[in-house]
Amino acid sequence: MGRAAPLSFVCAVAHLAGAYFSSRNRLRGQGGGGRLIWQQLINGLVTGSTYALIALGYTMVYGVLQLINFAHGEIYMAGAFAGLLLVTAAELPFLAALVLAMVIAACVGVVVEFVAYRPLRRSSRLAVLISAIGMSIFLQNLGLWIFGPSTRSFLPPFPVVSFEIGGLRTNTLHLLTLAVALAMMVGLQFLVARTKMGKAMRAVAQDREAAALMGISVNRTIAFTFAIGSALAAAAGVMVGMLFNAVTPTMGIMPGLKGFVAAVLGGIGHIPGAMLGGLVLGMIEVLGVALLSSQWRDAIAFAILILVLLYRPSGLLGKPAPEKV
Amino acid sequence: MLVIDGVVTHYGPIEALKGVSLEVRQGEIVTLIGANGAGKTTLLRTISGLIRPTHGRITYEGRDLFSMPPEQIVAAGVAHVPEGRRVFPLMSVAENLELGAFARRDPAGVREDMERVFRLFPRLAERKTQAAGTLSGGEQQMLAIGRALMARPRLLLLDEPSMGLAPVIVENIFQVIREINAAGTTILLVEQNAHMALATAHRGYVMETGRIVLSDSADRLLKNEAVRKAYLGG
Ligand SMILES: Nc1ncnc2c1ncn2[C@@H]1O[C@H](COP(=O)(O)OP(=O)(O)OP(=O)(O)O)[C@@H](O)[C@H]1O
Ligand SMILES: [Mg+2]
Repeated sequence: MGRAAPLSFVCAVAHLAGAYFSSRNRLRGQGGGGRLIWQQLINGLVTGSTYALIALGYTMVYGVLQLINFAHGEIYMAGAFAGLLLVTAAELPFLAALVLAMVIAACVGVVVEFVAYRPLRRSSRLAVLISAIGMSIFLQNLGLWIFGPSTRSFLPPFPVVSFEIGGLRTNTLHLLTLAVALAMMVGLQFLVARTKMGKAMRAVAQDREAAALMGISVNRTIAFTFAIGSALAAAAGVMVGMLFNAVTPTMGIMPGLKGFVAAVLGGIGHIPGAMLGGLVLGMIEVLGVALLSSQWRDAIAFAILILVLLYRPSGLLGKPAPEKV
Repeated sequence: MLVIDGVVTHYGPIEALKGVSLEVRQGEIVTLIGANGAGKTTLLRTISGLIRPTHGRITYEGRDLFSMPPEQIVAAGVAHVPEGRRVFPLMSVAENLELGAFARRDPAGVREDMERVFRLFPRLAERKTQAAGTLSGGEQQMLAIGRALMARPRLLLLDEPSMGLAPVIVENIFQVIREINAAGTTILLVEQNAHMALATAHRGYVMETGRIVLSDSADRLLKNEAVRKAYLGG
């Protein structure tokens, strides 16, 4: 697969799905299948943008530590709860609540790194993996203990207006989700490419020891990477909490896995790859659901994971080269 | 300037340094020669804080380096050009050099030093925007040295700068090492190329399996019978 592969792949699936819808609708004598498919793609884009935000955390942490932070889904959950409480209990305006939820999640991420990963910096990867899974289970149970198992409603603190653009239905919440995701990605790109901390992150990812010899504090850089990745996951958590009007302590499990799949699909360790992987995964999912049925939603993500790992472990954008020179 | 006293360093159960003592004085070029596996790289990594020694003392300008993390050692004025160059392959030449100045807070001085590096290595100036991973071996070595100079070190640790390079390039690199030293930077040079190293240095140490077995002025080491046999090909 080359550079253009992801796009052409999505187009091919869209085409097939479009054909299926038109034929089905023609039987019913309705028509307009193409529009339905575009409607689905918009929904896929919204979901996919939240997967992308989650995937970024996985991929950045993997970049600096070669570690899959399996507690990442729980940080997303923590961010959603923080956002919910800040909006309902503290009655903060939405943007302030969003930013504060991101800060809180960033702190959770830094603590997770400090407690679960830093002491194992020189241990085997298996030990770190077990620690990651343990941390994930711990945070889920902590969430259950604090918030209880029931689902809480998360109504957007602003009016959600539905409208049509070019015959496609959408609403202000969808557009806000896309805008938040886009702003985060642009901000992250700037941070990584231009700022000193971003350069430190890239240096640590490319050669940790050489980075230390430059006077970069490797520990601080790793903590910072967790903070940023966790903040992005929190933004996704808050948006998804509102999109589904639901926040629960176990809400991080599936999106956590989806974000991981998206990161692998884009090429683990590759930042633009995680963005693309999230969007592509979101769209494939809705198309798959449209073609088959919604029971297949989660299976599709894992089928993609298996296919990528089998046929292109470096992902869509990753270079099919060894991990390190 | 740098005093190393009875340093012992382990890799797990392996004792790589078995009590090394050595001194580098202000303004000198001191070379450390020895066969593969003698522990030269381990000693430099111990000095710059990449590995913790188990025993001994390392003092630099009167300060104890023993328990400092690498970033503080760099800030104290010690820069290390590691074995195998270790440039950041995906970053440009200019970005690699900027990273060398990571701990500095004087943008004007940094810009000045970047110009100085480009004067020392005009090849790098021509390749400012090229990814470091695509440079030739010699250019990568120049970049690794230039990157270390960007920290404006008072002590420069060089680990086998001649490794894998053509004789002309080696000649060029050693010329630059002399220039850097003449400009006031003290140098500890680890080399396999004992001839070049001893011809460049003021003093030298010979290391064998984790111990210093000989130390003298570079001239006398060049004439030393045992050194000639073992390291200078007879
Ligand atoms: N990471 C490591 N883990 C275990 N043992 C190591 C490690 N690095 C080096 N050693 C061992 O320590 C000893 C000294 O190695 P070192 O790299 O310091 O030698 P050197 O003098 O630099 O050799 P060369 O000239 O080949 O670079 C060797 O026996 C080596 O096998
Ligand atoms: Mg060595």
